[in-house]
Amino acid sequence: MAKFGKKTKADVNIPTSALPDIIFMLLFFFMVTTVLREQEILVEQKIPAATQLQKLQKKTLISYIFIGKPKNTALYGTEPRVQANDALLNTPDIVQWVNQERDLLPEADRGLITISMKADRDVKMGPISDVQTELREADARRILYASIGKVQK
Amino acid sequence: MARKKNRMSTEVNAGSMADIAFLLLIFFLVTTTIASDKGILNILPPKLDPNNPPPKIDLNERNIFTILLNANDQLLVEGEFRESPEGLDEDVKAFIMNFGSPDEEGIALYNSLPASVKALAARNPDSSDDPGEAVVSIKTDRGTSYDKYLEVFDLTKKAYFDIYAQRVNLSTDEYRALTGKNDAETSLQDRGKEGIPMAISIAEPNKIGGN
Repeated sequence: MAKFGKKTKADVNIPTSALPDIIFMLLFFFMVTTVLREQEILVEQKIPAATQLQKLQKKTLISYIFIGKPKNTALYGTEPRVQANDALLNTPDIVQWVNQERDLLPEADRGLITISMKADRDVKMGPISDVQTELREADARRILYASIGKVQK
Repeated sequence: MARKKNRMSTEVNAGSMADIAFLLLIFFLVTTTIASDKGILNILPPKLDPNNPPPKIDLNERNIFTILLNANDQLLVEGEFRESPEGLDEDVKAFIMNFGSPDEEGIALYNSLPASVKALAARNPDSSDDPGEAVVSIKTDRGTSYDKYLEVFDLTKKAYFDIYAQRVNLSTDEYRALTGKNDAETSLQDRGKEGIPMAISIAEPNKIGGN
Protein backbone atom coordinates (compact mmCIF):
# COMPACT_ATOMS: atom_id res chain seq x y z
CA MET A 1 0.00 0.00 0.00
CA ALA A 2 2.32 2.65 -1.21
CA LYS A 3 -0.41 5.22 -1.17
CA PHE A 4 -0.51 5.16 2.59
CA GLY A 5 3.18 5.83 2.76
CA LYS A 6 4.83 8.22 5.12
CA LYS A 7 3.05 11.52 5.18
CA THR A 8 4.93 14.70 4.49
CA LYS A 9 5.39 17.03 7.45
CA ALA A 10 2.20 18.80 8.56
CA ASP A 11 1.71 22.35 7.32
CA VAL A 12 2.48 24.72 10.23
CA ASN A 13 0.72 27.75 8.81
CA ILE A 14 -2.60 28.53 10.43
CA PRO A 15 -5.14 29.48 7.82
CA THR A 16 -5.95 33.17 8.26
CA SER A 17 -8.58 33.63 5.65
CA ALA A 18 -11.32 33.57 8.29
CA LEU A 19 -9.62 36.18 10.43
CA PRO A 20 -11.53 39.17 9.01
CA ASP A 21 -14.76 37.42 9.80
CA ILE A 22 -13.67 36.88 13.37
CA ILE A 23 -12.62 40.50 13.65
CA PHE A 24 -15.92 41.69 12.32
CA MET A 25 -17.72 39.43 14.69
CA LEU A 26 -15.83 41.04 17.56
CA LEU A 27 -16.54 44.48 16.17
CA PHE A 28 -20.24 43.80 16.03
CA PHE A 29 -20.16 42.30 19.50
CA PHE A 30 -18.60 45.44 20.94
CA MET A 31 -20.81 47.71 18.92
CA VAL A 32 -23.86 46.08 20.33
CA THR A 33 -22.77 45.72 23.93
CA THR A 34 -20.70 48.81 24.67
CA VAL A 35 -22.39 51.54 26.58
CA LEU A 36 -20.17 54.50 27.19
CA ARG A 37 -20.42 55.77 30.70
CA GLU A 38 -22.42 58.83 30.10
CA GLN A 39 -24.08 60.98 32.62
CA GLU A 40 -27.30 59.40 33.50
CA ILE A 41 -29.89 62.07 33.09
CA LEU A 42 -32.40 61.90 35.88
CA VAL A 43 -34.66 64.62 34.62
CA GLU A 44 -36.70 64.97 31.46
CA GLN A 45 -34.91 66.75 28.70
CA LYS A 46 -36.81 68.17 25.80
CA ILE A 47 -34.47 70.92 24.74
CA PRO A 48 -36.26 73.94 23.30
CA ALA A 49 -35.50 75.22 19.83
CA ALA A 50 -34.09 78.62 19.03
CA THR A 51 -32.50 80.37 16.08
CA GLN A 52 -29.72 82.52 17.47
CA LEU A 53 -27.38 79.76 18.52
CA GLN A 54 -23.78 80.37 19.32
CA LYS A 55 -20.99 77.96 19.84
CA LEU A 56 -18.39 78.37 22.49
CA GLN A 57 -14.76 78.14 21.64
CA LYS A 58 -13.53 76.35 24.71
CA LYS A 59 -15.56 73.36 25.69
CA THR A 60 -13.56 72.78 28.84
CA LEU A 61 -15.10 75.90 30.36
CA ILE A 62 -18.60 74.52 30.14
CA SER A 63 -20.34 72.83 33.02
CA TYR A 64 -23.74 71.35 32.53
CA ILE A 65 -26.77 71.75 34.66
CA PHE A 66 -29.98 69.94 33.85
CA ILE A 67 -33.39 71.20 34.81
CA GLY A 68 -36.60 69.36 34.31
CA LYS A 69 -39.24 67.10 35.72
CA PRO A 70 -37.67 64.02 37.34
CA LYS A 71 -38.04 60.86 35.32
CA ASN A 72 -38.53 58.85 38.45
CA THR A 73 -41.57 60.67 39.75
CA ALA A 74 -42.22 58.09 42.45
CA LEU A 75 -38.92 58.91 44.09
CA TYR A 76 -38.41 62.57 43.35
CA GLY A 77 -41.89 63.96 42.78
CA THR A 78 -43.18 65.87 39.79
CA GLU A 79 -41.79 69.30 40.51
CA PRO A 80 -38.88 70.35 38.27
CA ARG A 81 -35.52 69.52 39.78
CA VAL A 82 -31.96 70.51 39.11
CA GLN A 83 -29.35 67.92 38.22
CA ALA A 84 -25.64 68.50 38.15
CA ASN A 85 -23.14 65.74 37.55
CA ASP A 86 -24.91 62.55 38.58
CA ALA A 87 -27.18 63.72 41.32
CA LEU A 88 -30.15 65.92 41.88
CA LEU A 89 -29.32 69.07 43.74
CA ASN A 90 -31.35 71.34 45.88
CA THR A 91 -31.26 74.90 44.71
CA PRO A 92 -29.08 76.20 47.59
CA ASP A 93 -26.42 73.58 46.79
CA ILE A 94 -25.77 75.03 43.37
CA VAL A 95 -23.30 77.56 44.71
CA GLN A 96 -21.18 74.80 46.18
CA TRP A 97 -21.37 72.79 42.97
CA VAL A 98 -20.29 75.78 40.90
CA ASN A 99 -17.32 76.33 43.19
CA GLN A 100 -16.30 72.69 42.83
CA GLU A 101 -16.55 72.91 39.06
CA ARG A 102 -14.57 76.11 39.06
CA ASP A 103 -11.80 74.57 41.10
CA LEU A 104 -11.32 71.97 38.38
CA LEU A 105 -10.41 74.63 35.87
CA PRO A 106 -6.97 76.15 35.50
CA GLU A 107 -6.55 79.30 37.51
CA ALA A 108 -6.54 81.66 34.55
CA ASP A 109 -9.85 80.39 33.21
CA ARG A 110 -11.84 80.40 36.42
CA GLY A 111 -13.59 83.64 35.69
CA LEU A 112 -14.77 82.36 32.35
CA ILE A 113 -16.70 79.36 33.59
CA THR A 114 -19.85 78.94 31.56
CA ILE A 115 -22.88 77.09 32.76
CA SER A 116 -24.86 75.38 30.07
CA MET A 117 -28.45 75.23 31.23
CA LYS A 118 -30.14 72.27 29.69
CA ALA A 119 -33.67 72.98 30.68
CA ASP A 120 -36.75 71.15 29.62
CA ARG A 121 -39.14 73.23 27.59
CA ASP A 122 -42.00 72.49 29.96
CA VAL A 123 -40.24 74.00 32.93
CA LYS A 124 -41.68 77.25 34.17
CA MET A 125 -39.60 80.36 34.68
CA GLY A 126 -39.78 80.05 38.48
CA PRO A 127 -37.17 77.30 38.89
CA ILE A 128 -35.08 78.76 36.09
CA SER A 129 -34.86 82.13 37.76
CA ASP A 130 -34.08 80.50 41.10
CA VAL A 131 -31.13 78.76 39.46
CA GLN A 132 -30.07 82.00 37.85
CA THR A 133 -30.17 83.73 41.19
CA GLU A 134 -27.93 81.03 42.65
CA LEU A 135 -25.54 81.31 39.73
CA ARG A 136 -25.32 85.03 40.29
CA GLU A 137 -24.63 84.28 43.92
CA ALA A 138 -21.82 81.95 42.87
CA ASP A 139 -20.54 84.55 40.44
CA ALA A 140 -20.83 82.19 37.48
CA ARG A 141 -22.54 84.69 35.29
CA ARG A 142 -21.91 83.34 31.83
CA ILE A 143 -24.74 81.02 31.03
CA LEU A 144 -25.73 79.24 27.89
CA TYR A 145 -29.36 78.34 27.34
CA ALA A 146 -28.77 75.06 25.56
CA SER A 147 -31.08 74.78 22.62
CA ILE A 148 -31.31 73.09 19.29
CA GLY A 149 -31.56 74.80 15.95
CA LYS A 150 -34.99 75.77 14.79
CA VAL A 151 -35.85 75.31 11.15
CA GLN A 152 -36.02 78.78 9.75
CA LYS A 153 -39.18 79.71 7.99
CA MET B 1 28.72 21.76 8.34
CA ALA B 2 25.69 20.26 9.94
CA ARG B 3 22.46 20.77 8.11
CA LYS B 4 20.51 23.54 9.83
CA LYS B 5 17.24 22.33 11.13
CA ASN B 6 14.28 23.99 9.56
CA ARG B 7 12.75 25.83 12.51
CA MET B 8 9.20 26.99 12.65
CA SER B 9 8.86 30.54 11.42
CA THR B 10 8.97 32.97 14.35
CA GLU B 11 7.51 35.91 12.47
CA VAL B 12 4.15 37.12 13.62
CA ASN B 13 1.64 37.29 10.88
CA ALA B 14 1.01 40.98 10.36
CA GLY B 15 -1.42 40.65 7.56
CA SER B 16 -4.41 41.27 9.77
CA MET B 17 -2.95 44.35 11.44
CA ALA B 18 -4.95 46.49 9.05
CA ASP B 19 -8.11 44.77 10.10
CA ILE B 20 -7.38 45.41 13.73
CA ALA B 21 -6.69 49.03 13.00
CA PHE B 22 -9.93 49.35 11.14
CA LEU B 23 -11.68 47.67 13.96
CA LEU B 24 -10.41 50.24 16.42
CA LEU B 25 -11.15 53.05 14.06
CA ILE B 26 -14.69 51.94 13.55
CA PHE B 27 -15.12 51.31 17.25
CA PHE B 28 -14.18 54.87 18.10
CA LEU B 29 -16.17 56.28 15.24
CA VAL B 30 -19.22 54.53 16.50
CA THR B 31 -18.88 55.23 20.18
CA THR B 32 -17.80 58.85 20.10
CA THR B 33 -20.69 61.18 20.59
CA ILE B 34 -20.09 64.79 19.86
CA ALA B 35 -21.93 66.76 22.47
CA SER B 36 -23.67 69.73 20.99
CA ASP B 37 -22.68 72.77 22.95
CA LYS B 38 -24.83 75.18 21.11
CA GLY B 39 -27.05 77.58 22.85
CA ILE B 40 -27.96 81.15 23.50
CA LEU B 41 -25.37 82.97 25.53
CA ASN B 42 -26.51 85.22 28.31
CA ILE B 43 -24.50 87.15 30.84
CA LEU B 44 -26.21 87.50 34.17
CA PRO B 45 -25.86 90.69 36.19
CA PRO B 46 -23.49 90.57 39.15
CA LYS B 47 -24.99 89.63 42.47
CA LEU B 48 -26.44 92.33 44.58
CA ASP B 49 -24.32 93.49 47.45
CA PRO B 50 -26.69 94.66 50.19
CA ASN B 51 -24.08 97.03 51.64
CA ASN B 52 -23.23 98.52 48.31
CA PRO B 53 -26.33 98.80 46.17
CA PRO B 54 -25.80 99.64 42.51
CA PRO B 55 -26.25 103.29 41.69
CA LYS B 56 -29.74 104.10 40.63
CA ILE B 57 -29.74 105.16 37.05
CA ASP B 58 -32.79 106.94 35.85
CA LEU B 59 -33.60 105.97 32.35
CA ASN B 60 -36.25 107.71 30.40
CA GLU B 61 -39.22 105.51 29.77
CA ARG B 62 -38.76 105.97 26.05
CA ASN B 63 -35.34 104.34 26.29
CA ILE B 64 -36.74 101.11 27.67
CA PHE B 65 -38.47 98.58 25.49
CA THR B 66 -40.55 96.56 27.89
CA ILE B 67 -41.66 93.06 27.10
CA LEU B 68 -43.88 91.45 29.69
CA LEU B 69 -44.69 87.77 29.54
CA ASN B 70 -47.44 86.52 31.78
CA ALA B 71 -48.18 83.09 33.18
CA ASN B 72 -50.44 82.33 30.20
CA ASP B 73 -47.56 83.03 27.82
CA GLN B 74 -49.25 86.18 26.56
CA LEU B 75 -47.19 89.22 25.76
CA LEU B 76 -47.45 92.87 26.56
CA VAL B 77 -44.99 94.70 24.36
CA GLU B 78 -44.64 98.41 25.11
CA GLY B 79 -48.12 98.39 26.60
CA GLU B 80 -49.70 96.56 23.68
CA PHE B 81 -51.19 93.12 24.03
CA ARG B 82 -49.93 90.40 21.73
CA GLU B 83 -50.80 86.78 21.41
CA SER B 84 -47.57 85.66 19.74
CA PRO B 85 -44.05 87.04 19.71
CA GLU B 86 -43.87 86.96 15.94
CA GLY B 87 -42.39 90.11 14.44
CA LEU B 88 -40.93 91.15 17.75
CA ASP B 89 -37.42 91.21 16.31
CA GLU B 90 -38.38 93.90 13.81
CA ASP B 91 -39.91 96.04 16.54
CA VAL B 92 -36.83 95.67 18.73
CA LYS B 93 -34.60 96.59 15.81
CA ALA B 94 -36.65 99.68 15.08
CA PHE B 95 -36.49 100.60 18.75
CA ILE B 96 -32.73 100.22 19.09
CA MET B 97 -31.89 102.09 15.93
CA ASN B 98 -34.47 104.82 16.42
CA PHE B 99 -32.01 107.70 17.07
CA GLY B 100 -34.71 109.90 18.60
CA SER B 101 -32.36 112.52 20.02
CA PRO B 102 -28.81 111.20 19.85
CA ASP B 103 -26.00 112.87 21.75
CA GLU B 104 -22.66 113.58 20.08
CA GLU B 105 -21.54 109.97 20.31
CA GLY B 106 -24.84 108.87 18.88
CA ILE B 107 -24.51 111.21 15.92
CA ALA B 108 -20.98 109.98 15.26
CA LEU B 109 -22.27 106.41 15.46
CA TYR B 110 -25.11 107.22 13.09
CA ASN B 111 -22.74 108.72 10.55
CA SER B 112 -20.54 105.63 10.66
CA LEU B 113 -23.38 103.27 9.82
CA PRO B 114 -23.94 101.83 6.37
CA ALA B 115 -27.00 103.06 4.52
CA SER B 116 -28.98 99.87 5.09
CA VAL B 117 -28.76 100.31 8.86
CA LYS B 118 -29.34 104.06 8.68
CA ALA B 119 -32.65 103.32 7.02
CA LEU B 120 -33.88 101.83 10.29
CA ALA B 121 -33.66 105.16 12.09
CA ALA B 122 -37.20 106.44 12.31
CA ARG B 123 -36.32 109.36 14.62
CA ASN B 124 -39.47 108.82 16.58
CA PRO B 125 -39.38 111.10 19.65
CA ASP B 126 -41.27 108.51 21.73
CA SER B 127 -38.74 105.76 21.13
CA SER B 128 -35.10 105.37 22.13
CA ASP B 129 -32.70 108.31 22.04
CA ASP B 130 -29.78 106.39 20.61
CA PRO B 131 -28.51 102.80 20.63
CA GLY B 132 -26.17 103.44 23.55
CA GLU B 133 -29.13 104.31 25.74
CA ALA B 134 -31.62 101.75 24.55
CA VAL B 135 -32.44 98.89 26.89
CA VAL B 136 -34.68 95.94 26.18
CA SER B 137 -36.32 94.69 29.32
CA ILE B 138 -37.88 91.24 29.52
CA LYS B 139 -40.00 90.47 32.51
CA THR B 140 -41.75 87.20 33.12
CA ASP B 141 -43.95 85.63 35.72
CA ARG B 142 -42.82 82.56 37.60
CA GLY B 143 -45.48 80.66 35.71
CA THR B 144 -44.26 81.66 32.26
CA SER B 145 -42.99 78.71 30.30
CA TYR B 146 -39.27 78.56 29.67
CA ASP B 147 -39.97 77.80 26.04
CA LYS B 148 -41.79 81.07 25.50
CA TYR B 149 -39.22 83.06 27.41
CA LEU B 150 -36.47 81.60 25.30
CA GLU B 151 -38.38 82.41 22.15
CA VAL B 152 -38.68 86.05 23.16
CA PHE B 153 -35.07 86.20 24.29
CA ASP B 154 -34.05 84.58 21.04
CA LEU B 155 -35.91 87.19 18.98
CA THR B 156 -34.36 90.00 20.98
CA LYS B 157 -30.91 88.58 20.38
CA LYS B 158 -31.79 88.20 16.73
CA ALA B 159 -32.58 91.89 16.50
CA TYR B 160 -29.15 92.79 17.85
CA PHE B 161 -27.33 90.23 15.75
CA ASP B 162 -29.16 91.43 12.64
CA ILE B 163 -27.94 94.95 13.26
CA TYR B 164 -24.38 93.85 14.03
CA ALA B 165 -24.26 91.67 10.95
CA GLN B 166 -25.66 94.35 8.70
CA ARG B 167 -23.02 96.77 9.88
CA VAL B 168 -20.20 94.52 8.78
CA ASN B 169 -21.94 93.23 5.68
CA LEU B 170 -22.36 89.66 6.79
CA SER B 171 -25.44 87.54 7.07
CA THR B 172 -26.69 87.10 10.60
CA ASP B 173 -25.64 83.46 10.63
CA GLU B 174 -22.15 84.33 9.48
CA TYR B 175 -21.81 86.98 12.15
CA ARG B 176 -22.97 84.65 14.87
CA ALA B 177 -20.53 81.99 13.74
CA LEU B 178 -17.61 84.34 14.45
CA THR B 179 -15.79 83.01 17.47
CA GLY B 180 -13.00 85.52 17.70
CA LYS B 181 -10.32 82.88 17.29
CA ASN B 182 -8.18 85.16 15.16
CA ASP B 183 -7.69 88.88 14.88
CA ALA B 184 -9.72 89.29 11.73
CA GLU B 185 -12.76 87.69 13.33
CA THR B 186 -12.36 89.64 16.54
CA SER B 187 -12.16 92.92 14.68
CA LEU B 188 -15.25 92.05 12.66
CA GLN B 189 -17.08 91.20 15.87
CA ASP B 190 -15.99 94.43 17.51
CA ARG B 191 -16.86 96.54 14.52
CA GLY B 192 -20.32 95.00 14.52
CA LYS B 193 -21.17 95.82 18.09
CA GLU B 194 -19.19 98.98 18.62
CA GLY B 195 -21.40 101.63 20.20
CA ILE B 196 -24.45 99.37 20.25
CA PRO B 197 -24.28 97.42 23.50
CA MET B 198 -26.49 94.40 23.77
CA ALA B 199 -28.52 95.69 26.66
CA ILE B 200 -31.07 93.04 27.47
CA SER B 201 -32.34 93.21 30.99
CA ILE B 202 -33.98 90.19 32.52
CA ALA B 203 -36.10 91.30 35.41
CA GLU B 204 -36.81 89.21 38.47
CA PRO B 205 -40.05 87.35 37.75
CA ASN B 206 -43.36 88.06 39.40
CA LYS B 207 -44.68 85.45 41.76
CA ILE B 208 -47.65 84.59 39.63
CA GLY B 209 -48.67 81.20 38.32
CA GLY B 210 -45.75 79.32 39.75
CA ASN B 211 -43.94 78.55 42.93
